Amino acid sequence: MSVKKAKAKKSKEVVIDIKELHKWYDSFHALKNVNLQVTKGEKIVVCGPSGSGKSTLIRCVNALEQFQQGSISVGGVEIKDDIKSINAVRAQAGMCFQHFNLFPHLTVLENCTLAPIWVKKMPKKQAEEIAMKLLERVKIPNEANKFPGQLSGGQQQRVAIARSLCMNPDIMLFDEPTSALDPEMISEVLDVMVDLAEQGMTMICVTHEMGFARRVADRVIFMDHGEILEQNDPETFFKNPKNDRAKEFLSQILGH
Amino acid sequence: MNKLQYKVGEHPNLPAPKTQGGIFKAIRNNLFSTWYDSIVTIILIYLLLSYLPMALDWLFFSADFFVDKRSQCTSGGACWGVITARFPQYLYGFYPPELYWRPNLASLLLLVALAPILYSKILYRKYFLMFSITYPLIAFWLLWGGFGLVPVESEKMGGLLLTLTLGVMGIALSLPIGILLALGRRSKMPAIRLFSTMFIELIRGVPMITLLFMATVLLPLFLPSDVIIDQLIRVIFIIVIFASAYMAEVIRGGLQSIRKGQYEASDVMGLSYWQSMSLIILPQALKISIPGIVNSFISLFKDTTLVIIVGMFDLLGVGRAALSNREWIGLANEVYMFIAIVFFVFCYLMSRYSLHLERRLSRSYK
Repeated sequence: MSVKKAKAKKSKEVVIDIKELHKWYDSFHALKNVNLQVTKGEKIVVCGPSGSGKSTLIRCVNALEQFQQGSISVGGVEIKDDIKSINAVRAQAGMCFQHFNLFPHLTVLENCTLAPIWVKKMPKKQAEEIAMKLLERVKIPNEANKFPGQLSGGQQQRVAIARSLCMNPDIMLFDEPTSALDPEMISEVLDVMVDLAEQGMTMICVTHEMGFARRVADRVIFMDHGEILEQNDPETFFKNPKNDRAKEFLSQILGH
Repeated sequence: MNKLQYKVGEHPNLPAPKTQGGIFKAIRNNLFSTWYDSIVTIILIYLLLSYLPMALDWLFFSADFFVDKRSQCTSGGACWGVITARFPQYLYGFYPPELYWRPNLASLLLLVALAPILYSKILYRKYFLMFSITYPLIAFWLLWGGFGLVPVESEKMGGLLLTLTLGVMGIALSLPIGILLALGRRSKMPAIRLFSTMFIELIRGVPMITLLFMATVLLPLFLPSDVIIDQLIRVIFIIVIFASAYMAEVIRGGLQSIRKGQYEASDVMGLSYWQSMSLIILPQALKISIPGIVNSFISLFKDTTLVIIVGMFDLLGVGRAALSNREWIGLANEVYMFIAIVFFVFCYLMSRYSLHLERRLSRSYK
């Protein structure tokens, strides 16, 4: 852990810079004055009760949601209302979803090679080589020619991670990657994410897996009602949360 | 039955019990499972036995197949002469007989053009598909002539040739236009959305006969007098826009069943709108819409008979013309039965193919 932190400190380059972000869904104020800087290689875990705005926040980071006030820049590119800036941001940030969102009509391998071939114009053979390497890294090279519907949830989520990695992103966003999984499959996905973290990927994870947060996170962020209420290193956050709502939240999820 | 006992935790996988007990059990289960099932079965068998011989007798055994006029039909069965004596007319309408090779060749090439679309496991499919795309132009050239071939006026086309021309053109063009309209109606751009919605609602809200009249009677009034658009082209145009309005709604239904996550995943990966539509969304949406799409195709194919209203002689038109002939008067049963059978064969083929396609696609993924 200390080695990782030292690395993060050495390169203090800010890759995600969120400033005074506000978002409304119609009249509902979903994000309220959110400020967050993520440096290169940093791992952030965002937690909070459901409806607290944590998913909305990371979906804003790659422009899946529009925001009304404030600014977000990713790798020096500010998200504006034009396709160009949005694509430039999405090229840097890969994303994994709660429900995997694999393409059910394509094989695992095709899922992985689709974007490299069509977006990056990579030759098919090269894309397949890269995809196979990444499928090995998430430990499912043998399923390459199956369809997503033939795989277990945990395998599907690992394919989704490999698919994002095929675009060679600098940042990975995880939106509750394990909350749709059966309990016995959670660890295989978390293992892959830990492996990714150890190799220095910048990560923002919305998750309730506190074991994962303890092991990997440089910073835990607690959100409720659209605000960041507390952010701290995991040890301090779990042992000694300052915010009352954070205390309550932790007692609820760690209590049982 | 002696039940074997297994230790807890050591129960082996046993073969599944046999549910099918051969053909006799199937007959008993399906036809005689209850007393009222049995009664219905017996009544149906009785009706079949008493009427089937009569029907076959009328259709085949006491029928006259090759006669020149009705008065020669003496055996008491069907008088198929009304079909056979002018069979070429049912096929080609008034197309010049010395040029029959052209529609023949066009239909042969139609099969070649269809093969790579219908079946994915064809060698050199890519090259065949290129041919399929150019096929409408080739067919147009073969049927109408010009560019080295003797021109044939579209009034000369009729019978099955006309029915198939209208049907194939309608099907081939209404699908892509329907897809574009469906996408347009869900577009984020207000102008495109408004146009697509209005187009669909206007066309759907008017009977096709009205549209056909408008195209043949009204449209020429609005065009400059030196602009003459061939009647067949106008009719095809109407059939295409009418069918594509329906097609659009069928496909929109399919599009709506695709989960938001699919759009988001393709957005996040940086796919452009057209890439995500053609690679991710449409393949899934079209698969879901297959029953509806084929339904529209079948109803389009049958709706082509409406062109007799504007004076064209499709298969049905040729049949009606034969009936109004003094020599064949009163043979409506034979004529309509023949036409019904021809339509049924084509529609049934489409329906069977769609089932085959559904099965093929659902095998590849769940």
